[in-house]
Amino acid sequence: MTPSLRTLTPGAARDTDDVSIARRSFLRNAGLAGAAIAFAGCAGTTTELTAPAKSGEPRGAVVGPNGDITLDFSSDIDVLNYAYALEQLEAAFYVTAASNAAFSSIFAANEQRVLLDIRDHEVAHRDFFAAALGSAKIPNLTPVFTAINFANRTSVLQTARTFEDLGVSAYNGAARFIKDAGYLGLAGKIVSVEARHASTIRDLLNNRSGDFAPNAFDAGNTPQVVLTAAKPFIVQSITVINA
Amino acid sequence: MSTQLRADGLLATIEPDIASRLVTRRDAIAKGAATSGLVMAGLRLGTVPAALAALSTSAFGQSRLPTTVIGVLNFALVLEYLEAEFYNRGVAATGLIPAADRTIFTTIQGHENTHVDYLKTTLGSSARPKPTFDYSYGNGSGTGPFADVFTNYNTFKAVAQAFEDTGVRAYKGQAATLLPYKDVLQAALTIHSVEARHAAEIRRLRGNFGDNEPNQGWITRAITDIPGTEAVYAGEDNLIQGGVDVSTITPVAPKELTEAFDEPLTMAQVLAIVDPFIV
Repeated sequence: MTPSLRTLTPGAARDTDDVSIARRSFLRNAGLAGAAIAFAGCAGTTTELTAPAKSGEPRGAVVGPNGDITLDFSSDIDVLNYAYALEQLEAAFYVTAASNAAFSSIFAANEQRVLLDIRDHEVAHRDFFAAALGSAKIPNLTPVFTAINFANRTSVLQTARTFEDLGVSAYNGAARFIKDAGYLGLAGKIVSVEARHASTIRDLLNNRSGDFAPNAFDAGNTPQVVLTAAKPFIVQSITVINA
Repeated sequence: MSTQLRADGLLATIEPDIASRLVTRRDAIAKGAATSGLVMAGLRLGTVPAALAALSTSAFGQSRLPTTVIGVLNFALVLEYLEAEFYNRGVAATGLIPAADRTIFTTIQGHENTHVDYLKTTLGSSARPKPTFDYSYGNGSGTGPFADVFTNYNTFKAVAQAFEDTGVRAYKGQAATLLPYKDVLQAALTIHSVEARHAAEIRRLRGNFGDNEPNQGWITRAITDIPGTEAVYAGEDNLIQGGVDVSTITPVAPKELTEAFDEPLTMAQVLAIVDPFIV
């Protein structure tokens, strides 16, 4: 396990010297220029999607003076910010759980390794979105985990189940707002990993049962439903418009 | 019999309406008598997500799905036929699945049959009939590398894992094609993530719910412990996401980074993988 991960501040999205380079590369290869071309046929304009990141128009995330965040789903950037917000929450949760003194006593060795892997995946997702969004990313969110007993196996796993199922439903429900095929592809690469997590956590709670996949179709929740469910766990209020 | 996956077969005969190549003459003849009852089965309350109820009416008018959508859904239907019949036969096979594991497989069996019903209902008269399958992976010979799939539980679990992980990659690979069709896209994604749940459970079951690769719920690098399934996992070790080498933007180690992103397969890649299962 990477030692540095154990000391990460929950919820902290870190900038590095690599990020600006990475972002330029990301945007060039998967980003808004391509989206503008792809969308031109529908919108009758070639500038539609270049606005949020490249010309500074007031689209994309708006952060109020009290830290509250408004995401505009007419911009792909803010659909990514929505995913970034949820990944921040998940990463912070697993970092907190794994750094709790009780972690090694309430979980068996194989369970610890499963949870540390999931933590790493969520940190990877969070860091990926932070790098991809660059200066367009929303601020670091402040998690509220007071309702979770991190010294209790069931409390940790039930919260994990909530977050993983919520994440799956969030990606499934937000995909319809994504205009760029590259972004959609990236969301698809991540959502199935969240589903693998959900299945695994559910199995840790109820081994060899049918709980790993409770329905033939997973939910595809609207951002309003997802954010209402996430609200108790985040200090900042997040509102989505145009969705 | 070689255990190597074939790259020829269906791949060599792909035409614009790819799925039509997977239909045998006999199945096509049989279809006429079977369709109406199956459509009704698919309309059972609760088996079709709300987003899809509108598909054949308000979204596209009386079952007039765009050709692109029909192609993708028939591709998905072939994979769901393959999975559903596999679990139907496995669950029915005496002495194959231990009692302790039975719920896992009856759960998955139910889902795959529901997916078949849903796709057939959505496609209506455009739905492809079910092909004839050879689960030995022998192109109809019955003597392929998985010839003992319904008598050897380890083989059965291995093939199940390959089906589920392939299914995840197959649906993922069609997302961009479905991008303009929002309701279809969302429906496909709500199946896609369920296939991923199945995959994770079977992977863990194969490792007796331990913690070692390659039997965790996620795919590590492009590792597989099932001979002949290399193509199912090819490319899963990718570290370039959105044009960025993700190992440069996070302290997370490359092993976990490959696990954190699942990779798509193209329709042609998937058809090449499943070809030997189809008679």
